[in-house]
Amino acid sequence: MISWPNLVSQLFNGLALGALLALISSGLTIIYGTLGVLNLAHGAMFMIGGYAGFVAYQYTESFVLAVIAGSLFVMLLGVLMERVIIRHFYHRPHEDQLLVTFGLGICFVELVRLIFSSQSQLVPPPALFQGITNLGFMFYPTYRLAVVGIVAIALGALFIILYRTRLGMIVRAGIEDSVMVDSLGINVYRVFMVVFGIGAMAAGFAGIVNAPVVSLTPGIGDDILVQTFVVVVIGGVGSFPGAILGGLIAGEIISVTSMFNPGYAYVMLFAAMTLVLVVRPHGLLGVQGRE
Amino acid sequence: MTDDLIRRGLSRRGLLQTTAGLIGGSMLPAMPAFAEDKPIGSYPAGVSGSTAFIGISVPRTGTYAVQGEDELKGYQLAIEHINSGHDLIKKISPKTSKGVLGKELKFGVADSAAKPNEAVQAQQRFISENKAIMITGGTSSAVAVALNKLAQREHVLFVCGISGSNDTTGKDCVRYGFRQNFFGQTAAAAIGPVMVREFGKGKKAAYLTPDYTYGHTVTKSMQDFLATAGWTTVTNQVAPLGAPDYSSYLLNVANSGADVLINVNWGHDAVLSTQQAKQFGVLDKMKLVVPYQVPFIARETGGLMQGVYAATDYWWTIEDKFPLAKMFNEAFEKKYGYKPEWGAENAYVSFAHWARMCEQAGSFNPPDVIKAYEKGETIPSLVGDVHYRPEDHQCVRPVIIVKGKQQKDMKNKEDWYDVVEIVKGEGLMQKPDAFGCHPGDYS
Repeated sequence: MISWPNLVSQLFNGLALGALLALISSGLTIIYGTLGVLNLAHGAMFMIGGYAGFVAYQYTESFVLAVIAGSLFVMLLGVLMERVIIRHFYHRPHEDQLLVTFGLGICFVELVRLIFSSQSQLVPPPALFQGITNLGFMFYPTYRLAVVGIVAIALGALFIILYRTRLGMIVRAGIEDSVMVDSLGINVYRVFMVVFGIGAMAAGFAGIVNAPVVSLTPGIGDDILVQTFVVVVIGGVGSFPGAILGGLIAGEIISVTSMFNPGYAYVMLFAAMTLVLVVRPHGLLGVQGRE
Repeated sequence: MTDDLIRRGLSRRGLLQTTAGLIGGSMLPAMPAFAEDKPIGSYPAGVSGSTAFIGISVPRTGTYAVQGEDELKGYQLAIEHINSGHDLIKKISPKTSKGVLGKELKFGVADSAAKPNEAVQAQQRFISENKAIMITGGTSSAVAVALNKLAQREHVLFVCGISGSNDTTGKDCVRYGFRQNFFGQTAAAAIGPVMVREFGKGKKAAYLTPDYTYGHTVTKSMQDFLATAGWTTVTNQVAPLGAPDYSSYLLNVANSGADVLINVNWGHDAVLSTQQAKQFGVLDKMKLVVPYQVPFIARETGGLMQGVYAATDYWWTIEDKFPLAKMFNEAFEKKYGYKPEWGAENAYVSFAHWARMCEQAGSFNPPDVIKAYEKGETIPSLVGDVHYRPEDHQCVRPVIIVKGKQQKDMKNKEDWYDVVEIVKGEGLMQKPDAFGCHPGDYS
């Protein structure tokens, strides 16, 4: 049954999903763009953000504190991960980086399963955003509407950090040529640590913000990781605007295809990714020839 | 006899071994009967010592992990009870003293992640390396169907775990496979009349269906049954197993104009889709029915099953009607600290029945054990007397209809459901060949 209200509501749903994917993907792409590390533990960071926030919520019953706790915990975890493990892999082959981050992701998931079991955990949305909103053309969960706004603010904050601060300038310069930045007397490795922390925090923040929408299980990051990679490839590896564009495109493809035939949602997503790879191998907003 | 053996394809080496065995057997009259049997599958190699090995594959990760863990606990309790000759096991399998036929049961556990290929690989390993005499698994009918085929090929008994698809003992049935829990069709036949009585005739239904054998057969069964009461399907949203988000499907449901949402999803998929149905206001617009109840869904959805009808294999409060259920609940809760859900009950009873059949056959020899099942005798279970149909190896057992309790009526934190009806299995079951069951050979 295809009707205008249904189409519009699915487009809106795609926007909500896309915004979330954009935020998670931006973390992944910043880390890759700056450090050259494809972090396969990124989905697990998303999941841990949710669980850390859940624990904080259990103690404080405050959603705001849960979001802060979830984000900061994953940022610290990211920094720790970078200092203890990842930095030893900067000059190792990509396959080593993939394997070590993949392994870390599995360890994180199993650790969470050990502590919390496989039963799903609920984090209710804040009272302000509970219920359903009548948008005139459709009814939509209020919290999902709020998520679009919250994610937009978070992406705006990331944009300011990357494009309006000295740190952001160094990061962007590091993406282009880290050797040159290093020779200018800037401690690239300290910057790398901060970048890993910020990238991880984006995933953790998304994890706890998304928790009331999906409920938490240890495996929640697995599917997101796959979608996130597709987003990064579509948008262009290492491109922050690309992550946002890719996220929105992926969200709309999944949502609109689901209206016609849900079974083909992922097929269409991967078809779109393949098309982009054929036409623009470096992604829609990726920089051609970037190392 | 020699010609006969050779005609059956026995090798010269095998013939010599068999002959030696037969001579040895005649010299040792006290040896158990199975020493004289022809080797088949992992028999008699798997039971030549003092133990017998069982291969268990349950999902411990993925969307069915919670149910898989519950199922595993049921298996473990059954093995513990069989090995110790517990009173409850004796009620189901009176000849069991310690172990099965005096053999202590050992087991290995593999995580199937509800994926058929992973379950088959694990069980293949248990059969070849541990000489598993029986294998089990499920919690996904796709896994059950795959293990059916493996069991038939390897001539090792498959005692099915959780599997609600019509195909399991229908078109994909095998001689070496047995199932204790009921068909999706049986669930539909049990809950359908309750739905018609509760909601009326000529209603519009929307379905959420997981995209594999279980989902399709349960949805089809519900559609077929409800069509007889003039119900129509306004939308059937088919989602992949483990879908991360149901919002797109639910928007289609919300815009479908349905009166009732029939959620066929299972495991975490059911929990997530039900929670999101609430978020999208779907549950305010239409009634929810879960035709094949999902263990733990009431607690995981935080009360969204209140007033919702579901068909289930077991709910612990039936203990006031069935003494064996009471014994099981007490033993299970003592060991694991919570009331068992139907995955655990299903697992426990499946193993208890297998032990009974082996004891009755007096042997682990698969064809003999199969024939013991195929006698179709009435035997005890936790939900009263049941029997296995010889034609399709399906257990004929009651279906329990439950309705979610309102929070104010809950007597304790696990008192989630009222038992509305216990519907006898005989009247619900389709004919054994209705889904095209043609079991294979004994050897």
